[in-house]
Formats: sequence, C-alpha cells, structure tokens
Amino acid sequence: MNIADYKGVWVFAEQRDGKLQKVALELLGKGRDLADKLGVELTALLLGNDVDNIAKELVAYGADKVVYANSPLLQHFNTDGYTKVICDLVTELKPEAILVGASFIGRDLGPRVAARLHTGLTADCTGLDIDPETKHLQMTRPAFGGNLMATIECSSNRPQMSTVRPGVFEKLSKDQDRKGEIQKISADLAEKDIRTKVVEVVKACKDCIDIGEAKIIVAGGRGIGSKEGFDVLQELAATLDGTIAGSRAAIDNGWLDKSCQVGQTGKTVRPNLYIACGISGAIQHLAGMQESDYIIAINKDADSSIMKVADLGIVGDYQKVIPEMIAQITTLKEEK
Amino acid sequence: MNIVVCLKQVPDTTEVKIDPKTGTLIREGVPSIINPDDKNALEEALVLKEKTGAKVTIISMGPPQAQSALREAIAMGADEAILLSDRAFGGADTLATSNALAGALRKLDYDIIFAGRQAIDGDTAQVGPEIAEHLGIPQITYVEKVEVKEEILRVQRAWEDGYEVIEVKTPVLLTAIKELNQPRYMNMKDIFKAYNKEVKIWSAADIDVDKSLLGLGGSPTKVKKSSTKEPKGQGESVNLPAKEAAAYAASKLKEKHYI
Amino acid sequence: MNFELTKEQELVRQMVREFAENEVKPLAAEIDQTERYPMETVKKMAKYGMMGIPFSEEYGGAGGDTLSYILAVEELSKVCGTTGVILSAHTSLCASVIEKYGTEEHKQKYLVPLAKGEVVGAFGLTEPNAGTDAAGQQTTAALDGDNYILNGQKIFITNGGVADVFIVFAMTDRSKGTKGISAFIVKKGFKGFSIGKLEDKMGIRASSTTELVFEDCIVPKENLLGKEGKGFGIAMGTLDGGRIGIAAQALGIAEGAFNEAVAYMKERKQFGKSLSKFQGLSWMIADMDVAIESARHLVYKAACLKDAGKSYTVEAARAKLHAANVAMDVTTKAVQLFGGYGYTKDYPVERMMRDAKITEIYEGTSQVQKLVISGSVFR
Repeated sequence: MNIADYKGVWVFAEQRDGKLQKVALELLGKGRDLADKLGVELTALLLGNDVDNIAKELVAYGADKVVYANSPLLQHFNTDGYTKVICDLVTELKPEAILVGASFIGRDLGPRVAARLHTGLTADCTGLDIDPETKHLQMTRPAFGGNLMATIECSSNRPQMSTVRPGVFEKLSKDQDRKGEIQKISADLAEKDIRTKVVEVVKACKDCIDIGEAKIIVAGGRGIGSKEGFDVLQELAATLDGTIAGSRAAIDNGWLDKSCQVGQTGKTVRPNLYIACGISGAIQHLAGMQESDYIIAINKDADSSIMKVADLGIVGDYQKVIPEMIAQITTLKEEK
Repeated sequence: MNIVVCLKQVPDTTEVKIDPKTGTLIREGVPSIINPDDKNALEEALVLKEKTGAKVTIISMGPPQAQSALREAIAMGADEAILLSDRAFGGADTLATSNALAGALRKLDYDIIFAGRQAIDGDTAQVGPEIAEHLGIPQITYVEKVEVKEEILRVQRAWEDGYEVIEVKTPVLLTAIKELNQPRYMNMKDIFKAYNKEVKIWSAADIDVDKSLLGLGGSPTKVKKSSTKEPKGQGESVNLPAKEAAAYAASKLKEKHYI
Repeated sequence: MNFELTKEQELVRQMVREFAENEVKPLAAEIDQTERYPMETVKKMAKYGMMGIPFSEEYGGAGGDTLSYILAVEELSKVCGTTGVILSAHTSLCASVIEKYGTEEHKQKYLVPLAKGEVVGAFGLTEPNAGTDAAGQQTTAALDGDNYILNGQKIFITNGGVADVFIVFAMTDRSKGTKGISAFIVKKGFKGFSIGKLEDKMGIRASSTTELVFEDCIVPKENLLGKEGKGFGIAMGTLDGGRIGIAAQALGIAEGAFNEAVAYMKERKQFGKSLSKFQGLSWMIADMDVAIESARHLVYKAACLKDAGKSYTVEAARAKLHAANVAMDVTTKAVQLFGGYGYTKDYPVERMMRDAKITEIYEGTSQVQKLVISGSVFR
C-alpha cells in the first residue's frame, strides 16, 4: 500500500428512504475543514436508488464532488450491497480518509468496509484534526464508558476510516450557487450479492422510557406546587427528548406516578443530564441522582442543598425560567 | 446446531473512577465482568440451546485471568469454552482482534456466531462485523429478537426509529443488544460442575490465520495519546433574571451537546 | 489452615449476591411492610437450584456443599432477613431432615420436590408450652392400624402458611419422656391438619410464621422418620445444622446493616465534613467490622466441619450465639449512625434491627447456646 496514492477526503452521505441524514451534512462541514487543511478534494459518497436530488444537496452543503452509485438494490440499506459498492469504489478511487456517521447504519457498515479494505477504523469520534507535520488524521474518541478520551492514528494503512458521533460537528450553511461535480454510476450489484432479505420494516415510537434508562431527565419536587405545574416541565422534557421524573414529594402529592420517583425509596438514575426543578435536595433524593453527568438545579432558594451538588444552579422561579429555556433551546435547535 | 458466542471480560466501567490527584483511571478494585452485550448474546444462545439442543461454545480473547469469565459462562450453561491467550495477540486493535477470533472460528463448526454489539471498555462495536467479513459470512447487528427455523433465521434488528425483520441463512454472525433478552444468572448445578469442564487455552499457533495480522503488528490504528475526562469540579451558580439565566443554561446545554 | 473459599464457592457467592441485589432487595421493604410472603422469589430461587444446594443431584439438588448453602443464606440475608430464613428453614430444618433420616421412599417422594424448590418445607417442634423446654411436647401421636393420629398444636413455625412438607414432632409414648418423642413427615392436605394463626411479628415479617393445628390428623405410618422414640434425637441433630443457617442469617443481616452505614457515612455531611471523618463514629465502624469478621469465621468454620463429616455441635452453638449477638449490636449501631433518618422507613436499617432480634431467640435461644457451650466445656 503506497500511502501517497491515496488522496481526498470522503464523506459517506447516509440517506434513508430517499431522505438525507443530518449527520451527513455535519460530516461535510467537518470534512470541508479537513480537506482544506490537507489541500485536497472533499467528496460525498452517495448510495441509493434515484436520489439525484440528494446529490445536488450535497454539493450545496460543501462537497466538491459527489460519487453517486445508483441501483435498486441500494434503495434500502443492506450490509452486503453497500459494502461491495463502497469497497469497489475505494479500491478504484483511493481516498485517504473516509468519514461515516456513527448511526446504526454507520456502525454496521463501517467495520465491514474497514475489514474488507484491511484498514483501520476509529469508532464514534468526537474530535477530528490533521497533524500538521505528518498529515495523518487525528481521531479523538471516548472509551472506557466515556471516562477516557483517546486520540487515535492510522498511519500506515489507507483509507483512514472514522465513524463520527452525530450532533458533534456543524454543517455549513447551504449555498445553492456552489459548484461541484456529480459522478453518477450504475452500481455493479446483483441480487445474489445480497445475502439478507428484509421482510418487514416497522417505524415504532419507542415505549415510555423507564427513567432508569433515560439519558435526559427533567425532575420536579415540592416546589412545583401542583400537578398542572408539571406541564411546563413536560414541555421542557419534550424539547430535549428527555423524560419526566419527580422527588418523593411529587409522588406523595399525587402529581406523578410512583414509577417516576427518584430517590432512596424510588429509583436511582444516572442520566447524562438531570434538571432538578423545585427540588430542595434532601439527602434521600440526592442518593437517587447525584451520579448524573450534568446537573442543573432551578430553585428559588440559593442555599438549598440541591445547589451544592448542581453543576449549574439557577436561582429563580421555575415558572419563569423554564418557559424561557424552552424558547432558547427551540431557537438553538432550529439554527442547527 | 452449533452456536459460538464471542465473549469479552471487561472492567465494570460504570464503577471506574478518576483519581482526582493524578487524573488517571483507578483500575484496582474495579470488578471484572462479562461484557453486558455479550451476556445478552450468551443468553440467547442458551435459549436456543434449550429450544433446539444446540451446542454452545464460548470463545474469548484475553489474558489468563479472563478464564473466570468463561467459567461464569459455563456456570450459566455453556457447553465449552476456549480462551485465546498469547503474547502474540497483545496490543491488538479491533482489526487484529477480529483476525485472531476469526482464526479461531475457522477451527470450529458454527451455524450462528453470536457477539455482543459493543464492549463497555473499547466502545467500538467493530469486532463482530469485522469477524463476519473475515469469515465471509453475512452479519446482522443490533439484534432484538431471533427465531430459528432450521437453517433460516428470522431476525429482528433495531433501528433508531423502529425495527426491521430480516431473513438470512446460516452461517451468520449476529450482534446482540440489551433489548434482546434478560440474561440469566449462573445456576447452582452448573456452578458445581463448572470446574470439571476444561477451558481450552489456544495460542497463536492453534488458530488458522496469517500471523502478521495479529497483535500490535497487525493493528493499523494506534493510540497516540489518552486523557481522562475532567473530574467534576465545583458547580456554578447564577442569579439572573429568567431570560438571561435561561440563555446561559441553553448555551451550556449546547456546549455539552445536549441539544 | 486455608482461609480461602473454593472457586465454586466464589461463584456461588457471586451469583447469590447478584440475585439478591436485583431480585430480592427491591422487594424487601414492601414485603416487610405488607407481610407478603415473597413466593415469586422462592420460584426464582428454585429455578436457579438455590432451594436444594447441599443435596445430591440424585435427589433433585445442586450437588453442592454446606458452606455454599451457608454463603447463599448470608448473601440473601444482607438485603432481606426474611428471604434468608425462608431458605434456611426450608433447607436445614426440613429437606435436610429427610435426607439424613428418611428412607429411600421418603427421599424420592419428599426430598426431590423440596430440593427442586417445587414445594417449601417447614419444621414443627415448638408448642405453646414447649419452647426452650422442647422435651415438654404435648402433641400426641397414637398408632391406629396403618396410621398415626396426631393431636396437638405447634406455634411459631417459619414458612408455616406456604409449606407443603412439614417435619412434625409428637409424643408416641408419654411415659418415656424425651425417648417417647417421634418425628413424622406431614403433608399439607392430610385430613385433620390445618394452619392456624399467622403471627404479626416485630421482624422477618413476611416469613409466614404460623400455628399448626392437628385435630385427629391422619398420618400414614410409613411417614414416621426413623423409629418411634428417636424424634428428640432427630430434632436436636437437626437444630445443630439449623443453627449454622441462622448464624449465617444473622451474619448477613449484620453485614447488610454495616454496608448501609458505611455508604451513608461517606455521603452524609455535618459540620462541613462527612460522618466518616468523625473519630468517635469511625471507631464504632471499626468495632462493627471486627465483630462481623469474627462472626464470619465462626459461621464458616462450623459449616466446614459439617462438610468434613466432623462433629460441629459446639461450633454451631458458638456461631449462632456470637453471630446473633453481633447482628443485634451492629444493626443497633447502624441505626445510631444514621441518626434520625435511620429511625424512618426510608432507610433499611430499622428493618434490619428488627429482623436481627429473632436470631437471638429461635432455633435455640442464646441462653440455650450457652448451655451447649458450657456443657461441652465442663464435660
């Protein structure tokens, strides 16, 4: 393998049922930065069936070139078909780096491709950069359950591959006037190449989450004051894709179901984000949530115990603060 | 039917703490456990064993102390266990690891290879699919349900927003997620017999693979540097009008990628 | 002298610890409050072979040893004293009796389902007028053709309300005193056998402690264990083994309370520092730690002697006397270390203290254990 033969940054443009996935645009954003640092082309790799409109969109979001493999057998993701097409193209066109979104598709496809190409793959990256001297891709990722951050290099093999965590990088703003080359090819695939058969596809709303599993929790305590008071907490939870929970007081007052209770006599939770509203922070409650990664407390009392364990303590009335937060977060989400 | 389960012994990373003085991970006293997703894979294999009389073999790559994880698997009901342990496997990244395991699998009969989706220390989810590629067999990841009808499997795999059902012929590699099942405990009878069974130890010489693909030499990726997460410092408190407080909070949430 | 557990015993401990944390602990407070017998736990334990650990596979057991069974009682008791005694009474006071003293028919008919956990077992010795004075049995058993007819009453019988198989002691010959007591296998459903009052207790509240009532109860004569007049010896021999089980229960209760106290002391802050930094309090923990460790040694030694086929009567008495004492002491101190919170039902230590008390009383009071011990010293 002569490394010098491999040039160009590729981004796998993940599409599902003709809909381009947000992570692909985020990767184009970061890919642009990497390609510029390397002084090479940024190419979007698109697989699908009759998704010409997506190809155009990829140029508008930063791709210099789109390699677009078209086949009815690529309409719906399947490991065998996608792996074969991608590996054939990589062998022919020799990119030095490939970025894939770490979605369920990316984490299925990435390792299969990397193994076939006998190259290195770094999973779930949250940081990407170019070493100014060696020009190797620097891939940073969490390990050990998130306790460790490791920077990985794939110096001797090409292409350098990386699956990238969605939501970390920013997409570029859309530029309809951007120029780029779209190379559409008919994928060399036959039915016999694909060993799996999809017999049923079900879009399902995931069931009511067990608070023990939730990654984001908005919890309310005695300070909420009423069952109706929880409505605004529900809204905040919905905005963040989180789950509602409560302290013992909220349950005893009949404002929430027992399954939502956090604390010594309820459940112990360790979400990424715990927003405690109108909760004083009695030791029985803290026992159930103090291991949360990031704790925000909203309480009128600056000296309440919850403020001592919170990463961010907001002194204020939840009835005023939360609606503002919902508005701010919604705006930020729309910007993305 | 022959089912081979790929299993890894890992430190219980939910119990790992960072030494506030040195900033490094405190590894002593952290219990070693069977990787949770692998336990789901093993449980499904045991369920299939109960249904079809299949033979369940465990294979693992690790240092000698990983034998205890294999004993635990036997005490849960597995029939045989093989540990790949050899200096030559040391320093392996996912590609080299998958090559070693594929090398061992080439020596075994298998209809289904069951692996966990990802390990809680490496967190890559790569070894399973890479093994499937080396062996040239199809893969299905994120498995939530398995039905077997002779050599045809009906497998339900998860997507972020739902699931799909796939039909595939054996041999096939499946990666399990926790939604697949509730793993059983060891049972008393198998505990008292666990040490009667031999845990085979295989070295690089015992497996069918090009030796240059193993260990550090066979690893295209290398760790350049690693650092621990910032330990939780003192929290901050803001006493501002609602709008400003909310704006600050929202900016923090964005910074931490919660939005 | 090897103080290590065997590899199998380590696996047993690991399994029961996980099982106790996930399956038993979440129910402990509720069943204590409602006195609800945790039948679902018993069924799960049966599934995993826990109801027959020290019995051979031939009789439906797991083929393990006494110490493994004792470890199971200990680990269960750490999170729930009730569950610990359910297992102990079933195994030591019922299934073991049939294994040791039963005929092959008895074993096939009764031991197998007990060891498999298909049914629960109980032991009926105590009577309203025969507690420590167990020899003062008043329940009678009169031979009538192919059956014995039992009349009388037993009280304070653990597992009473849910058991299917009972070892019942009765007088077959009043004139012979202790040598006139016989042991019988009585099955639920025998004509004339009914369950009486359910006791409302201070602790181990969900263990279904009941009266047994015999009114012309018909017991087939083949259900006599051993021979007529051998009953008292069977009872005493059985209690020796049962004592190790209760000692393990007491040990587990003490350890559970200790663990809770240690965790709390690390979290709770007063005067700007955690409780663990206060010397007076940490000295209490040191005392508790040593007490528990010493109890553990006595319990495990008694179990090991039993496994080795050696005499263990005195060791079992020592273990129970000391472990029960330690349980009472450690749980009381644990409540103290929790302060006001420890007195509330939000925290488990008040339940552990209530559970601990009975270990000084049943299967031979601490005073009886002292008689056994001093009796052996002055022999």
